[in-house]
Amino acid sequence: MKVIVEIDRCELHGDCVLAAPEVFDIGDDDEVVSILNDEPGEELRAKVEEAVRNCPVTAIRLQG
Amino acid sequence: MRSIVVVGAGLAGFRAAQSLRKNGFTGTLTIIGDEVHQPYDRPPLSKQLLSGIYTRDQCMLPGEIENLTWLLGQPAAGLDRGRGVITLADGTEVGYDGLVIATGRRARPWPGRTPVDGVMVLRSLDDVERFQGAVADDSKVVIIGAGFIGCEVAATLRQRGVDVTVVDVCEYPMPAVGPEVGKRAIDLHTAHGVKFRLGQGVASIDGTDRVTGLTLADGERLDADVVLVAIGTVANSEWLAGTGVALGGGAVVCDIYCGVLDSTGEPIPGVTAAGDVAAWPHRHGATPVCIEHWSNARDMADCAAANLLAEPAERRPLNSVPAFWSDQYNVKIKSAGYLRAADRFTVVSEDWDNAEKPSLLVEALRGDEVVGAIAMNMNKAILGYQRSLAASPAAQ
Repeated sequence: MKVIVEIDRCELHGDCVLAAPEVFDIGDDDEVVSILNDEPGEELRAKVEEAVRNCPVTAIRLQG
Repeated sequence: MRSIVVVGAGLAGFRAAQSLRKNGFTGTLTIIGDEVHQPYDRPPLSKQLLSGIYTRDQCMLPGEIENLTWLLGQPAAGLDRGRGVITLADGTEVGYDGLVIATGRRARPWPGRTPVDGVMVLRSLDDVERFQGAVADDSKVVIIGAGFIGCEVAATLRQRGVDVTVVDVCEYPMPAVGPEVGKRAIDLHTAHGVKFRLGQGVASIDGTDRVTGLTLADGERLDADVVLVAIGTVANSEWLAGTGVALGGGAVVCDIYCGVLDSTGEPIPGVTAAGDVAAWPHRHGATPVCIEHWSNARDMADCAAANLLAEPAERRPLNSVPAFWSDQYNVKIKSAGYLRAADRFTVVSEDWDNAEKPSLLVEALRGDEVVGAIAMNMNKAILGYQRSLAASPAAQ
């Protein structure tokens, strides 16, 4: 499973951080989200899928 | 359940339909929408679409739904619960076994007399087109209402250099987020050239054919080529009047499972609701609350869809922390929690004089309990509040 973020869509809503903090993070001074782990294990699939579904700007995609 | 109808083609309705399929519903699925457009996302309308950064196509909600029947361009006009039939404005009847009510809200119209041309609202794609067509770079625009839409439109127009005055009866903009944020918002907009008339009512909108301006309660006269009325919303629930569906302040009253209640307070089997039209019991609200935010439509739609398909014992309660965002100039405003419950607002941290990135964090308190928070340019800090508020049950 590979996590792809369209960085120019990201508006720092942070819903992905709430859904999957193991994979996404934002800092108060950041302009876009940080991906902590772009190939997370299967145990995180449900959380990452929730992050994809909850993103208000559909900036996140999953491959695999 | 063989046939489900979703009434409403905004974020809540579209998302509910997506969720129904995702949860394994294979029967007949229909979406009814009053607008002719495919479902679109509203947050960009007052910002990216109005400023021209986005096209209309870029505002469309993404995603396909398998085997979906679209009935667009006709609002629902009536409901016969006994027969399980919805009637559209043109008389078409649509039968259902399961129903999701997601008809949303519309902009509240100006309650007084208005000239024929030049007085507008901004809620839909077509509204934005009309407004864009009316506002030239040298126009004078007066916005009645300093809420989120009023402030976002003011910010968008000032970036084009349009002359903007914002009028509100409240002493500060965005009263929902309290005076601390409101005071900074006055600074922010004033620095960008917005003129305010606050604590000031509107006596009349003037002009016969074309708007010429308006007269304030204190007698001051403001010239205007265009007046935007941004004074809140009205629930699209008239079609449910007299059907036994519980309505509170126009909103469809739900239980914590997004199940729609009847006028005796009992859940109606096979009927759920989601989004701006729906009210639900939040633990910080004395009565069911209407949360008109994007994330509320998202969360309720998913919950309403799953619970419509679930056996009663398997239903899961809604757990959604009210949260919104607003982008104005170089400031991202975000909130968490049901802010109307607050009896005071306290500044927790502040770097407001930082010209490049002014920031502010405010807690909303009821007694000693933190019921919410508002952040300006503190995107990480607000997540902590969302987490701690989500950890408490949404309703008891």
